Amino acid sequence: MRKKKLIAMLLAGGQGTRLGVLTNRMAKPAVPFGGKYRIIDFPLSNCVNSQIDTVGVLTQYEPLELNSYLGTGQAWDLDRLNGGVYVLPPYVTSDKGQWYSGTANAIFQNMAFINQFDPDDVLILSGDHIYKMDYHLMYNEHRSRNADATIAVLRVPMEEASRFGIMNTDTDNKIVEFEEKPRAPKSDKASMGIYIFSWKVLKKYLIIDSGDPNSHNDFGKNIIPNMLRDGLNLYAYPFSGYWKDVGTISSLWEANMDLISDPPKLDLYDKEWRIYSRNPVLPPHFVAAGAHVENSLVTEGSNVYGSVYHSVVFSGCTIGKGSVIRDSVIMPGAVIQDGVTINKAIVGENATVGSHTYIGCDPVNGDPAYDNSLTGDITLIADSIDLPAGKRVPAGMVVSKTSVDTISDIGGGDAI
Amino acid sequence: MKGNAFGLIYTGESNLQLRDLTTSRSIAAVPYGGRYRCIDFVLSCMVNSGITNVGIIAQKNYHSLMDHLGAGKEWDLNRKRDGLFILPPYVTKDSTGVYKGTADALRSVMGYVRRSSQKYCVLTGSHTIYNTTFNDMLRFHEEKDADITVLYNDEKSFSPDDQFDDLRLCVDDNYRVIDMEIDPYRPKSTFQSCDCFVMEKSLLEYLVEEAATHAEHDFIRDILIRKVNSLKIYGYRYDGFVARLNSMSMYFNQSMALLDPIVREDIFNPDHPIYTKVKDEVPARYNANANVTNSFIADGCIIDGTVENSILFRGVKVAKNAVVRNSIIMQACEIGSDTGIDYVIMDKGVTVKSGRTLSGHNSFPVVLRKGMIV
Repeated sequence: MRKKKLIAMLLAGGQGTRLGVLTNRMAKPAVPFGGKYRIIDFPLSNCVNSQIDTVGVLTQYEPLELNSYLGTGQAWDLDRLNGGVYVLPPYVTSDKGQWYSGTANAIFQNMAFINQFDPDDVLILSGDHIYKMDYHLMYNEHRSRNADATIAVLRVPMEEASRFGIMNTDTDNKIVEFEEKPRAPKSDKASMGIYIFSWKVLKKYLIIDSGDPNSHNDFGKNIIPNMLRDGLNLYAYPFSGYWKDVGTISSLWEANMDLISDPPKLDLYDKEWRIYSRNPVLPPHFVAAGAHVENSLVTEGSNVYGSVYHSVVFSGCTIGKGSVIRDSVIMPGAVIQDGVTINKAIVGENATVGSHTYIGCDPVNGDPAYDNSLTGDITLIADSIDLPAGKRVPAGMVVSKTSVDTISDIGGGDAI
Repeated sequence: MKGNAFGLIYTGESNLQLRDLTTSRSIAAVPYGGRYRCIDFVLSCMVNSGITNVGIIAQKNYHSLMDHLGAGKEWDLNRKRDGLFILPPYVTKDSTGVYKGTADALRSVMGYVRRSSQKYCVLTGSHTIYNTTFNDMLRFHEEKDADITVLYNDEKSFSPDDQFDDLRLCVDDNYRVIDMEIDPYRPKSTFQSCDCFVMEKSLLEYLVEEAATHAEHDFIRDILIRKVNSLKIYGYRYDGFVARLNSMSMYFNQSMALLDPIVREDIFNPDHPIYTKVKDEVPARYNANANVTNSFIADGCIIDGTVENSILFRGVKVAKNAVVRNSIIMQACEIGSDTGIDYVIMDKGVTVKSGRTLSGHNSFPVVLRKGMIV
């Protein structure tokens, strides 16, 4: 392998438990987003647009969907002679084999992979954030300061700072202290989970960390505090712009809605900073006579016969005649039959919603008991569910293989 | 049958009836169906038939075609073994680089034909659009022990104004072609060639060489029609949707046919998808004043006006209070606010400034050249 100055390692092994049924069969980075993308398209496109041509993708949980999505990396222009995209699952060696026990451990187990490229620095990314960022600018700053590590930070409202890993810096952005979810935050600079490390330094700390039985093998909890303790040069790189962690149902829904706000909070139209994705081979979408679409995104391969307001419709969907979709996310291949009402919902891939079903209606007496701790008021239909006609799904309910049979008919319970 | 044929697509058709659409490109590269170029259809048919060796005979204005096809990645034709071959004209001691006809063009690519290892050749033009696979046709060809098999459909409508290389077949009960007519004034048959021929590679080589030695240049006029009795020529009937881009009004009508769901299901049959160059456009965005009905909309469009009975290609912008009806708007056109557009074909990158009105007619759509500013 030819020497590289900087390579990226993308942590894509997270299960994403807070996304509930959406990640039953796929890792979080593979979750569809924004009409034609998957979450991982954002960090991958950022890499390519930042002239980083070597990306290791660390997978662990349900990697099948992600593996086949990445393929040879062609969609992101990452099918390269030297470098490209590499899927890196945990593997067994002659003396032992184990799962990735933490973010740092995942990198530790792939030291041999990184060494092949003999990089000066390594960029660590996570696969569950939606944002556009030029990593090269961050890298230039990292080099010019001759830093051991540079951590991208975003200023968050002070009252929310206690939810994040907070970097306390001096006036020159040198990090003096790191606090994970501090009760009384001293700064509003939240870590974005984007790190550039000098590979020589990181290697040393990964090896020490792997020998510590009490360690969580985590960058935020172990590696960075250890580096600070030893007085290394760690700098914060302030980022301003749109950045969203889409780790929860409500943040995933919000991030989709952010694309249809006017003006959109995240500009996807920048020709110099395209977000690449694996494009489905489908014709343009069709909007029929009698249909109505406003404040929405609609993707190729869909057929719209009903009305769509303030929603994101992915590729290959059907919205039936007389159906009214509001404030919702309709994922690839979903079929909404005629006369359906959907309010504030996420409908999973290839789900079918039977005619005249009402999704996201007000709960009434007689509805089955359901747990909305993950969803709040967003109704969630799992992928490939066949939801029969004439049902009522109260707001915040999760319709999965197990709950689909418990749903009441329209007209059941007290009247709507 | 799979892997036993190679494809050869002739893109040198010179059809003046397509006016401004072909001044800067070959017919093969004419945009069609919201995100495609003409050639995508026949090329996808070949790929979906398991053909992995395709030669494309380029003649004029082929820059746009090469730009579109690249290395054939999107058609899965970037292969070590076989793949996509663009065969541009070149000057030799006995050729000026300008082909005198299809047979002449075929002769200049005989080197490629000889090197192809497959037994059969599927030879097509590039201005006829359909979506099928050639496997059944190849099987038919073998069963009939035919020399040449011609794909045809039953084309009821006829207008002399829309004629272009209009090859009519008279077939007997056994589908044997007993007579052929080219551009007839009063066609004897409604069976019209789809510009797609199957034959053994060795026969193609023989016919082309023979035509050359007799100073004959056209595959249809000088070879097929003259040999209708001496060769076993069969017709293979195709009953799906066929669009022939013979004239501006046919281009317009055959494009608008895509608004019919039955036609769309046929031409975009998910079992054999149509591949094209990927542009990584954003999903189409509908703003607060959007009012779109009966229209076919590609990714990358931003719509804040009214769009009816129209086809919008990738990246078209329609501003507030613009009214677009019965029109075909190609890639990256921008239609300003308070405009009225009716029966217009806009080539790529046309800008219509605010307050303008343009109106054509069903039989004579207004055509705006690539990059024009109104």
